[in-house]
Amino acid sequence: MSQAMMRVTVQRYRPEQDDAPFMQEFEVPYADDMSVIDALHYIKDNLDGTLSYRWSCRMAICGSCGYMVNGVPKLGCKTFLRDYLNTGLTVESLANFPIERDLVSDIGDFVEKLEEVKPYIIRQDAVSVQDGEHLQTPAQLTRYRQYSLCINCGLCYAACPQYGLNNEFMGPAALTLLHRYNQDSRDQGRDERIDIVNAEEGVWGCTFVGYCSEVCPKGVDPAAAIQQGKVESSKDFVMSKLRPRRSS
Amino acid sequence: MSKRKPYVKPMTASWFLNNRFHTLYMLREGTSVFVGLYSLILLWGLAALVKGEAAWNGWLGHLQNPVYIVFHVIALVACLYHAITWFSLAPKAMHLQKGDQKLTDKPVVIVHYVAFVVASVVIIGVVALGGAA
Ligand code: SF4
Ligand code: FES
Repeated sequence: MSQAMMRVTVQRYRPEQDDAPFMQEFEVPYADDMSVIDALHYIKDNLDGTLSYRWSCRMAICGSCGYMVNGVPKLGCKTFLRDYLNTGLTVESLANFPIERDLVSDIGDFVEKLEEVKPYIIRQDAVSVQDGEHLQTPAQLTRYRQYSLCINCGLCYAACPQYGLNNEFMGPAALTLLHRYNQDSRDQGRDERIDIVNAEEGVWGCTFVGYCSEVCPKGVDPAAAIQQGKVESSKDFVMSKLRPRRSS
Repeated sequence: MSKRKPYVKPMTASWFLNNRFHTLYMLREGTSVFVGLYSLILLWGLAALVKGEAAWNGWLGHLQNPVYIVFHVIALVACLYHAITWFSLAPKAMHLQKGDQKLTDKPVVIVHYVAFVVASVVIIGVVALGGAA
């Protein structure tokens, strides 16, 4: 029996010789359990060793393998050829990020934004190790757990037209990470983060497109975190008139 | 020397046509045009009411025009589309939990629809009673 083949169209961009990205077609052997990164591996190992793309864990946890698959942000390891038999399969680098080479995009801006939101527990009252651990009930965990499941894949940035139009916007995952720490019962850093929330590039840069939550592979629902951030920001606007903030 | 030359794909003016989700989003945002125009027509009516009976009857006459009738039907559809999409998004703006379990979106959406029906019945009732009286 002859091996079934499938055509895969891949975006190429070699900065040392190309002025712009172009598309290249490859024929790969088809199997029901073959993922997009399996197909890319086949191409790299058998057809064109110069193809560049990022991947690592192959199990939707490292967040390295984000690509546009037929124009939709997807994890390459969680996306299967079998779902594209009728439509054909085109793989491009993540939208809204500069293309470094082939399918590798430059996500530096996204990573900087993640760092900017102070994503760590901030305490106002210093506690010493002797005081023991900070206890947290399951109910307190529920308040932020979902937002802590982010794998920093950047699919939500590729889905967000506001970030595409103006990358000053903090964007879905960073604002969600901020919200995650604000919702943590052990954290006391809300006042230090509120300026980022309130800014034009903060939650108010979001027009509630909602596509980020649609494409998120981990059910983080960044759109929800941002809308709740808008509620927080509005409350802060009123409260700041009534009480001074803790100095930041 | 670095060979880096990151390529930035330009976002075209028709970006929202490339993706169904984005198209529907723009449609949702576009409904505001009709809601805005509808409000202007209503304001115009209010101004006519203040001016006196002749102006008011004139405004009512204008509304009989098929162009206005067609516009109002479109505005109604636009308003309903906006309301439906908005109701489905509303649960995202709040975090509700019972004990250590997060609540599902359903109750929030249902409350919105119930409020919508109640408000519509009350308003239409008041208008109908006012008309009868
Ligand atoms: S919120 Fe979801 S889509 Fe965005 S980076 Fe995190 S895991 Fe990826
Ligand atoms: S390879 Fe790690 S998330 Fe896909």
